[in-house]
Amino acid sequence: MKRILSLVLLLALFLVGCAPAATPTAAPTEPPATEAPTTVPTDTAVPPTATSEPATLNVFAAASLTDAFTEIGKNFEAAHPAVTVTFNFAGSQALRTQIEEGAPADVFASASGKEMDTLVTGTLVADGTSKVFLNNKLVVILPADNPAALEKLEDLAKPGIKIVLAAEEVPVGNYARQSLDLMNGSFGTDFKDKVLANVVSNEDNVKQVVSKVQLGEADAGIVYTSDAVAAPDLKTIEIPTELNIIAKYPIASLVKSENADLAKSFIDYVLSAEGQAVLAKWGFAPPQ
Amino acid sequence: MKQFISDNHLVWIFILPSAILLAFFALPFLALFERSIDPDFFQYALSEQALKALRLSLSTSTITTIITILFGTPFAYMLARWQFRLKSWLELMIDLPIVLPPSVAGLSLLIAFGRKGLFGSALGAVGISLPFTTTAVVLAQAFVAAPLFVRSARIGFAEIDRQLEEAAQVEGANTWQLFYEVMFPLASRALLSGAILTWTRALGEFGATILFAGNLEGVTQTMPMAIYLGFESKLGIALALSVMLVVVSALLLAFTRKLERNDEHKD
Repeated sequence: MKRILSLVLLLALFLVGCAPAATPTAAPTEPPATEAPTTVPTDTAVPPTATSEPATLNVFAAASLTDAFTEIGKNFEAAHPAVTVTFNFAGSQALRTQIEEGAPADVFASASGKEMDTLVTGTLVADGTSKVFLNNKLVVILPADNPAALEKLEDLAKPGIKIVLAAEEVPVGNYARQSLDLMNGSFGTDFKDKVLANVVSNEDNVKQVVSKVQLGEADAGIVYTSDAVAAPDLKTIEIPTELNIIAKYPIASLVKSENADLAKSFIDYVLSAEGQAVLAKWGFAPPQ
Repeated sequence: MKQFISDNHLVWIFILPSAILLAFFALPFLALFERSIDPDFFQYALSEQALKALRLSLSTSTITTIITILFGTPFAYMLARWQFRLKSWLELMIDLPIVLPPSVAGLSLLIAFGRKGLFGSALGAVGISLPFTTTAVVLAQAFVAAPLFVRSARIGFAEIDRQLEEAAQVEGANTWQLFYEVMFPLASRALLSGAILTWTRALGEFGATILFAGNLEGVTQTMPMAIYLGFESKLGIALALSVMLVVVSALLLAFTRKLERNDEHKD
């Protein structure tokens, strides 16, 4: 009897253990009601929704949006006391796959048009509904003490330095390689190959690149300017406009969303002057 | 007869929960194989990236297992047969990585042996830089997988009858002879099953590796890493790699189980 009991317990334990994994947005958010009175913006761009039914809005957002969207989420909750916004931050390509496999997302904010287009093709996002809500560009980051003594872009080709990029599948990793292609024109045709030969790791999302450089494990990384703003302890080397790639971030609500109205008002808030001000604070440029 | 009938009913108390548990494990594997059926399967499975990852996974996990046996066996023996102060603390420490999330292991390794880590500058002074190297993959695997071997070996050594040990000592065996000629053969089955556990756990290591060793094809990109990234770019690749890993793991497990059984026959 004891044995059966332990077997049942084991099974129960397994099922319980698996439960949180099934919901990608497991990160707990604080109840919004308590902070509502203090942070309600005076000239709120979003009228509080007519319904005060408690609702949860699942926002899947590119890892580079982590800081900015966390703040936007708090503001949105303040304006909608009954609403809880939960975020799932990861590489856009990972989020896109999760959505394709049926993850319960209401809003998708991608760091690349490509991932959004894939969802439009798969009829998970209605055609013509996605909007570009910001521009971002690339910058080279270095640890605060700059151990490899890098001064200019050309130094990225110095043999033996350790460079960390995002993987080619990740939007920022793809942009970085495009930018290196452009640099071939300025620094010699084998520049990109020399830089890629220095790459010691292809990270899964942009924040991992930032961490590896912050920890001083890598001598340089290529990330978005917004990531450099979020990590002020890092040194940077600017990439001139003609060698840079402008990333256009699209946002859209998902066709299967059960909170379509709420998703729309969240997107409206992101596009509003107030939402754009938060994005600008974190180093993003407005869409052109 | 009565006894027989009631027994017949009772078997369901065993069969039903077992069937549920079995289905719980079998269904995901079934789904994996079903979804991986694709005209491009072999193109994915035999791609350069997949083969490199497979080779790296097999070689690193094998090295991890060998290192674990070399360092883990003496330690397990000490824990099982010697009496000394702080022993229970050492046991706790070697068991800790079993219950810790691998991400904690990866982070700890990075801040200890990373370039800017606590001991990283000392390593750097002699020209050693561990992160992003194949050595880092092995260290990450050993950190999470070696405790399984030590635990199994310790239990194996501890189960050996004390009288055998005393008899050997009476015969005049020294510490090494006692270990090598008496204790090691008697514990060999526990050592082998511990090694299997360590090997398979090392083969599947992901969390500590991605933090400490990063991800670079042919250098640090093991199978689990390639599957994780494949999941994000092309599901077909991830599925093909997963099927390969399931098949390879099953074959290795079957092979080592066979060795284990042969070993039993010898006794």
